Amino acid sequence: MEHLNTELAELKQKLLTMASHAEAAVNEAVRALVDRNYELAIKVNNNDNVIDQLELEVDDMAIHLLSKAPLAGDLRFVMVAMKISTNLERVGDEATKIAKRARDLSEEPPVKISVDLPRMATLALGMLKASLDTFVNRDAAAARAVIPRDKEVDALNKAINNDLADYMVAHPDTVKRCLHLITASKSLERIADHAKNVAEEVVYLCEAQDIRHAGKIGPTTT
Amino acid sequence: MSTAANHSNLALTARNLCVFFGQHQVLKNVSLDIAARSVTAIIGPSGCGKSTFLRALNRMHELVPEARMTGEIRLFGDDIYARHIEPVIVRRRVGMVFQKSNPFPTMSIAENVTVGLRLNGIRDRNILVERTEQSLRMSALWDEVKDRLNAPAISLSGGQQQRLCIARALAVQPEVLLMDEPASALDPLATSKIEDLVQELKKDYTIVIVTHNMQQAARVSDQTAFFYLGELVEFGPTSKIFTSPAQKRTEDYVTGRFG
Repeated sequence: MEHLNTELAELKQKLLTMASHAEAAVNEAVRALVDRNYELAIKVNNNDNVIDQLELEVDDMAIHLLSKAPLAGDLRFVMVAMKISTNLERVGDEATKIAKRARDLSEEPPVKISVDLPRMATLALGMLKASLDTFVNRDAAAARAVIPRDKEVDALNKAINNDLADYMVAHPDTVKRCLHLITASKSLERIADHAKNVAEEVVYLCEAQDIRHAGKIGPTTT
Repeated sequence: MSTAANHSNLALTARNLCVFFGQHQVLKNVSLDIAARSVTAIIGPSGCGKSTFLRALNRMHELVPEARMTGEIRLFGDDIYARHIEPVIVRRRVGMVFQKSNPFPTMSIAENVTVGLRLNGIRDRNILVERTEQSLRMSALWDEVKDRLNAPAISLSGGQQQRLCIARALAVQPEVLLMDEPASALDPLATSKIEDLVQELKKDYTIVIVTHNMQQAARVSDQTAFFYLGELVEFGPTSKIFTSPAQKRTEDYVTGRFG
């Protein structure tokens, strides 16, 4: 039994390593965008394979643990770990998308419009960090509290899209650059979605309640 | 304690079942409903009372000196401990398969299958032949032994011997089949055959299986009951017991963190 506990702890640690890489990638990608830092954008892009590699390692550990047929809380933990890993890998992908836009924008003149991507990044990253904390602490109540924060990010994304759409109409020569910013905004919105997914998985881990798609389809029962 | 089945479809109902061996109380107020044509797994650590519960279901524990029980067990509504009911009648309706296969060593394969029928006075050769084939087919052994029905039963492998014991139990056409760790002494292939067989048999029979193998319980059963220190701790759908048990003691047991 002690052996299984050790392996479950190793899986958790691997996931947290992956999470720290994903958070750093988003931070750096946004910084590259705001600071128009070409080198930093390239670095984020090149580092994505580290997160991809960690995803493979998490899956390897999980399948190894599943072969030992864990049950109840252990079974839920392994399943949730695999799902969180998928979400973190996608966070890494979104960071790469932002970095690519940052790279392209850094080679063009700046757009003269104030777009609050840093605030959006702060909100999305805050959600990601909070959801991972709930995983570490196995805190279902805190996980539930993360979920509605996604709406704030959605609203901000919509507002940014509207502002940029208006700006593009008024300044057609900026369309290409504005589209880069819209894509970056969308990526941050997706990162918040992944954070929400992680929080939902933590609720399942703690309470065995599947709260995904709540209100849209019937609840599942075990 | 929760009940898991629709009352109109119950094969067995236990109410406030207590079993004592001398001064020692082995089962404490167990109430449990077992649905017809389903598989119910009984799990719990050694000494928790699960085999005693199984044996109470066909009055086998009465074979132990100093055993006594209180409470009630009904088989399709009939009180199996009613004064006028003979234990042998109950055991015909509620068959049992044990951990260690126990074919009669001096009998052939066919004789083992029909021994229960012959003890019940059936001599008609046609019936015996027909029931032999039927039982061996139901226990998924027919194709492996049909050409050597007169060979000694002990010439069969361990897994085949266990399926022969299942055929022997089925030959008297019981309504319920009790299985006490039926695959614990078998290799994975023979175990898989027994598990497949359990799934087939539940179409016609009610099966109660005691197992120490959590994965086996998860694979074969519809309902699972967790016993601890003579008490029924939790009873519910197997998928719930093994993914999100309600009781901490169940969680600790199925994840191997007990004690």
